[in-house]
Amino acid sequence: MATIIVEVMLKPEILDPQGQAVAAALPRLGFNFAQSVRQGKRFEIVVAGEPTHAQLAEVEQAAEKLLSNPVIETYVVKVEK
Amino acid sequence: MALDTVSIAQNTPGNPQPWRELGLKEDEYQSIREILGRRPTSSELAMYSVMWSEHCSYKSSKIHLKQFGEKAVKSNALLVGIGENAGVVDIGQGYAVTFKIESHNHPSFVEPYQGAATGVGGIVRDILTMGARPIAVMDPLRFGPADAPDTRRVLPGIVAGVGGYGNCLGLPNIGGEVVFDETYAGNPLVNALCVGVMKHSDIKLATAHGTGNLVVLFGAKTGGDGIGGVSVLASETFASGKAAKRPAVQVGDPFAEKVLIECSLEIFAEDLVVGIQDLGGAGLSCATSELASGGSGGMDIQLEKVPLRDPSLSPEEILMSESQERMCAIIEPSKLARFMQICKKWDVTATVIGEVTAGDRLNITWNGELIVDVPPRTVAHDGPVYNRPMARPAYLDQLTPVNVPLPQTPHEIKEAVLRLVASPNIADKSWVTDQYDRYVRGDSVLSQPEDSGMIRIDEETNLGVAISTDANARWSYLDPYEGVKLALLESCRNIAVGGAKPLAITNCLNFGSPEDPGVMWQFAETVRGLADIALEMGLPVTGGNVSFYNQTGSVAILPTPVIGVLGVIQDVRTRTTMGIPHAGLDIYQLGRTDSNFSGSEWAYLHGQIGDAAPRANVDHEVRLVNLLLEGQPLFESAHDISDGGFAAAITEATLKHNVGATIEFTENVAAELFAQTPGRVIVSVEPGNSAALKELAAKHGIALTRLGQSGGDLLTINGAHIPLDELRRAHTETLPKLFG
Amino acid sequence: MRIGVVTFPGSLDDSSALRAIRLAGGEAVPLFHASDDLKEVQAVVLPGGFSYGDYLRCGAISRFAPIMSSIIVAAEHGFPVLGICNGFQILTESHLLPGALIRNQDLHFICKDQPLTVENVNTPWTSGYTKGERIVVPIKNGEGSFQASAQTLSELEDEGRVVLRYADVNPNGSQNNIAGITNARGNVVGVMPHPEQAIESLTGPSEDGLTFFTSILHSLVGR
Repeated sequence: MATIIVEVMLKPEILDPQGQAVAAALPRLGFNFAQSVRQGKRFEIVVAGEPTHAQLAEVEQAAEKLLSNPVIETYVVKVEK
Repeated sequence: MALDTVSIAQNTPGNPQPWRELGLKEDEYQSIREILGRRPTSSELAMYSVMWSEHCSYKSSKIHLKQFGEKAVKSNALLVGIGENAGVVDIGQGYAVTFKIESHNHPSFVEPYQGAATGVGGIVRDILTMGARPIAVMDPLRFGPADAPDTRRVLPGIVAGVGGYGNCLGLPNIGGEVVFDETYAGNPLVNALCVGVMKHSDIKLATAHGTGNLVVLFGAKTGGDGIGGVSVLASETFASGKAAKRPAVQVGDPFAEKVLIECSLEIFAEDLVVGIQDLGGAGLSCATSELASGGSGGMDIQLEKVPLRDPSLSPEEILMSESQERMCAIIEPSKLARFMQICKKWDVTATVIGEVTAGDRLNITWNGELIVDVPPRTVAHDGPVYNRPMARPAYLDQLTPVNVPLPQTPHEIKEAVLRLVASPNIADKSWVTDQYDRYVRGDSVLSQPEDSGMIRIDEETNLGVAISTDANARWSYLDPYEGVKLALLESCRNIAVGGAKPLAITNCLNFGSPEDPGVMWQFAETVRGLADIALEMGLPVTGGNVSFYNQTGSVAILPTPVIGVLGVIQDVRTRTTMGIPHAGLDIYQLGRTDSNFSGSEWAYLHGQIGDAAPRANVDHEVRLVNLLLEGQPLFESAHDISDGGFAAAITEATLKHNVGATIEFTENVAAELFAQTPGRVIVSVEPGNSAALKELAAKHGIALTRLGQSGGDLLTINGAHIPLDELRRAHTETLPKLFG
Repeated sequence: MRIGVVTFPGSLDDSSALRAIRLAGGEAVPLFHASDDLKEVQAVVLPGGFSYGDYLRCGAISRFAPIMSSIIVAAEHGFPVLGICNGFQILTESHLLPGALIRNQDLHFICKDQPLTVENVNTPWTSGYTKGERIVVPIKNGEGSFQASAQTLSELEDEGRVVLRYADVNPNGSQNNIAGITNARGNVVGVMPHPEQAIESLTGPSEDGLTFFTSILHSLVGR
């Protein structure tokens, strides 16, 4: 059994009001480390056995077709050890 | 942990059990042992502890609430009364309307968004389970001081939760309240009302009849939500400094509820269920015991059949789980296939978990082992009944009369009006209400900031209903018996100004700890007052909700009975709105003002509450309601005068359509503007209708005073000129500044 | 004149769209997401709501419904489609319209009576308006901010494909104050505001929205 991670983020040029709200809230709590914050999504996909190349390719397709909206988002697929 | 079965319980009577941790008192635990003739299994203990909690069993309030039945007026309009999930009233043309208000206070303090969201979800399911399509919601909300840090934590989350859940269900939010007061700090009140409509023949009840009929659980899968939530949260006050009770909060999925609603209504339309119950507080413990109690009493449940989201849950946890969006139906075997087909269409999980039996025991097995064997009535209905000690609180003899500045000069009047309308309780609430969809379903005829919410029921005949929710906690504090009557009268007035006739009452009684004799006295007086006035006015109390333990440490909230009134209007097209529509109209006040500032906003702004609530004048208010209904064709606008007195009401009426007014009081300007004498309404009429209005007022014996005229871009009161722009800024900037 | 309205799981404003069609004088035909049968309607409305709870992204799951496969094919042949609010989101997710709708700039759900200008009156859904006409229609959404690449935006503007624009105040941060757009062919229109809830002064802020529905009926005459 393994977990495949897909992380989806808004493209850099897209307005991210949620990230902005988080960035504004941090200093109010005394945290001043952030220059900027962007918020995204993380999908944890559990598969049986070790993921094959074919499976990963399929996950990429699923990420392209469903998990992300390519008009405004990018994604990264990785396998969690 | 080994399974605790009935036979093990019979053989190990001396096993210690965590009844105290589960919220039971020692005498209650002994009671359970007597009922069963042995110690309870851990599953049975879980069931009793949850069902006998204050929130579920009403043990402190039952003996008082039975007055609603004892003093009930004979009303043909009442189709289903107290005791069922919600009351149902006949509104004519074959339609029945069901409505109810409930609280979800403590969960909303712990997790504001989910607490409020699941509060909406719960009341909507109560309405659905009566066989009705839910058609609107309202939410009276109460918070600590507007500028307190914790209010800033709690308010945005609660508003987002109410909106997030209600909007996703497609229910218009047509009214409610937002009130700030010190006593709600640490104990916000989230009361949620839902109204639904059906044909008379559609009414469904929570009964399990017919040996061999199937018990079917449908809706969301069961997880660890809110385990122990009911008994652990709502029956205890928050001790300052104790660790947060976070794990027990339920999480809602409004999409799951939306498909559940559509699925259920199709099931009801095909008459596929014998009985139905929604799973709310106390989850399966409640649904099974109530359904069984509603029938002959016999039911077998195979608990392992419950579909789980979390396979690690123990049987006790499954019984206590408060996972949302679940319903339980009793179905004749011949109807099961069609029932399942409809569930499949909407992708709703549905599972047979048991059957109705010939006996009178509720038996629950886990993989064949008997873990619950109880008489269901003892769980659901025959819980402990307390007659808690009551004592008139000492503070009532320590009240001081109001001593507030009385603005006289134009400058003083202008400053005072601007200050009042900018104060958080009176300020414009759009920051809140713009987060709610008021248009969905396309039948909203009136919504906030009107005096009531009004929904069109029938597109052909234009039959409609109106609902208002009201409370005045300060008046209840000063005189609980009169205070609740005044709240009811205000609700009736709010219904009538729009043109609807009051028909039925629901109530949400929010109080401090019932273990405090002073609070218990406030509660008893409130219930007595509501029962008395309901009888006097011929309006049935259809049901409601009690929320106790709203206090942190020894400071209880102001007694806050929220009254909801439902009214009927034959033709919604004739309704009257509160905004003055154009220039050239005569402005009148119905009813006379006295100089009692007790409980008023003006007194509150000066840190005072006063010493004497007004006395409810039922005779006057009934005549006023009749006048309002008869006078509908004459009114260009009509607006109830309540919180903030005339100053608040005229501000709202002029700003709505940006039409100014020139007002002149002959004496006691300060009292006219800021006292909150009940039983008064502002109306505007075409000058040509003034004579008819005078006749009408004389006919109903209501004082009528011409105050001035509409027009211009100023609100002028006894020479004080307030530009509408300035008035609007003062009125609308407060909440956005506070909450962003 | 048969106009279809699709119900997805979680659709909310389908009943209002059906009513608007009836009021305009058309025959309102309910369609279900799970079937690819368009029931011989001559145009289709994708209504507002929270289909699939807005889970994943608004409209992201609805776009794969069986009914959508029929609608996408038909739209490519000129079939008139109107997407309202969640319907607009479904159209962008289906790539029948460009751009995307994201969370409102101030992060709140907003319900208000919004002034708009009608900028393109050549579509079958807006032909009854006059160019530049100012209307007031409710908006009620949490994810109504229209975003698109710079190139898409210039195409939309240069080709006159902005159908509705927010007037007076931009309620959600939409680029270029865009409230509604059309495709190149002009048969697919997506709008965030709710014309189907501005059809009677009894229940809405105006009757300005009814023209969307009378327009399509007039446009279909003679087809």
